[in-house]
Amino acid sequence: MSTTEIDRQWTTRLRQRATGKLPPEKLLPDTQPTYVASWIYVFGVATLAALIMVIVTGCILAIRGPLWWHGSVYGHFVNSLHLWSVEIFFFTMIVHLWGKFFMAAWRGGRTLTWMTGVVTFLASIATAFTGYASQTNFDSQWITTQAKDGINATGAGAYFNVLNLGQMLMWHIVLLPLAAVVLTALHVLLVRVKGVVPPFAEKVEVHS
Amino acid sequence: MSSKRFRPDVDAPEYHGRYSPYDIIKEGTIAIVLVGLLTIILAIVFGSPDERAITIKTWSNAAPVDFATTALSELNGTSGTAQYGAPYNTASTGQQLGPLQLSKWVGVRIPINTVKDFVISPLRAMPSQPALRDALTQWISASTSTQDAWVANYTKAADKLTFTNSVVTVPAANAGPVPIFINDLTQMARTGALDQALITESGYYTTDYTRPLLFLADGAYLESVATKQHLLGTQWGMMNETGSYPGQAWLWLYSFWYQIPPFNSSWGANADVLVWGLMMLLSALLLLVPFIPGLRSIPRRSRVYRLIWREHYRDQK
Repeated sequence: MSTTEIDRQWTTRLRQRATGKLPPEKLLPDTQPTYVASWIYVFGVATLAALIMVIVTGCILAIRGPLWWHGSVYGHFVNSLHLWSVEIFFFTMIVHLWGKFFMAAWRGGRTLTWMTGVVTFLASIATAFTGYASQTNFDSQWITTQAKDGINATGAGAYFNVLNLGQMLMWHIVLLPLAAVVLTALHVLLVRVKGVVPPFAEKVEVHS
Repeated sequence: MSSKRFRPDVDAPEYHGRYSPYDIIKEGTIAIVLVGLLTIILAIVFGSPDERAITIKTWSNAAPVDFATTALSELNGTSGTAQYGAPYNTASTGQQLGPLQLSKWVGVRIPINTVKDFVISPLRAMPSQPALRDALTQWISASTSTQDAWVANYTKAADKLTFTNSVVTVPAANAGPVPIFINDLTQMARTGALDQALITESGYYTTDYTRPLLFLADGAYLESVATKQHLLGTQWGMMNETGSYPGQAWLWLYSFWYQIPPFNSSWGANADVLVWGLMMLLSALLLLVPFIPGLRSIPRRSRVYRLIWREHYRDQK
């Protein structure tokens, strides 16, 4: 096989494109600009850490099934871990979002980074909602019987039936987490490709 | 070489400043450990709520009159579900977003006939009882107008409905089999058999609780429990959960619109679809901020960024 033939391979092209866009020193950097020096930057990595906790505790709950936590002290504790990691996840994500808004973090070709972040936020809200709908207790009864009216009014309730426990559970533990994790991974990779947005210039510059 | 004007809310200046050491793996590890510890502490200190689910059995034992009255509303077509519209039936046109009738356009996708699904079919599943069997035969043999007349006669006297000595009594004349239906359905509910009948109507294996939840929500008992837990829509509704837990605090803006006019007054009839429409619009604005002149200038004009990058600007001076 000639070198030219190897260069034309889809695999070779994909690897070259990936390593060109995201060389190892960008993917796992060992330095960063000195302007990345504020507590606000902590909330991005804290959101990721909370997401890991949410996934780990959710996986433990999934192993024993949706009813386990009602009758087991250990199960109830894992549910508490799941709940509080979700609360931390949303708190850190919302602070991160507003921090990035006030940095205008979409500047310099980072529009897609901003948009993946916002879509991840919206997907996370849907994921959390389906979790509340899948608790199999009074909270889930009340939340779903109330929420159905809003969703039905849009027409979506015909296909996204919040009163169908099986459907909500599948959305909660398969479809929406998959979307949230893929979006988060894309968001983080875009941050690594584009880098952290620089501060506003205090005087107007001209660039080419 | 072409050049273009620098747009401060779209373009970012090139950075030619200093770099400092950054251990991304160490930072990530510390974050996981600290967030993990915080999660464990919060879980130990506060735990999580778990109020037992209400069953139709607990409802009909705790509030038999409310249950019997609700059962009658399913039979005479005045319950919330009976009058809902899409996706359950065609009883109403549903809410409108301006000229758009979104739910009506989608149509009946989860068909529910409250007379058949909530009353007659569960009663037919009861073990053979001569009086009930005769009552069901009488009902099925009668014309629709006769059935309506029986139900109307029972409904007229329903404000005198009592539950005494475990029997539902209404002083109604010419109500045909309706008194037997309402009493037997109440007895069935109190044993727990109605819970099972509603869940398994479509088969042995099921994870769909649409029917029992709709029946439960048609009564006043579920709402009375929710009121005690401060969970009504006027109490910031479903963003809360039982007990003193933060719940879905991130839904505050969604819940907020329900608390203020015109959503809780003149637009109340279409509040759900209007609030959803508004939230979709606001979400789209958030997503598209980078493309919206004026909105994308807020960060620069607010100068909050000087607080975030204060060390950078201090170094520049």
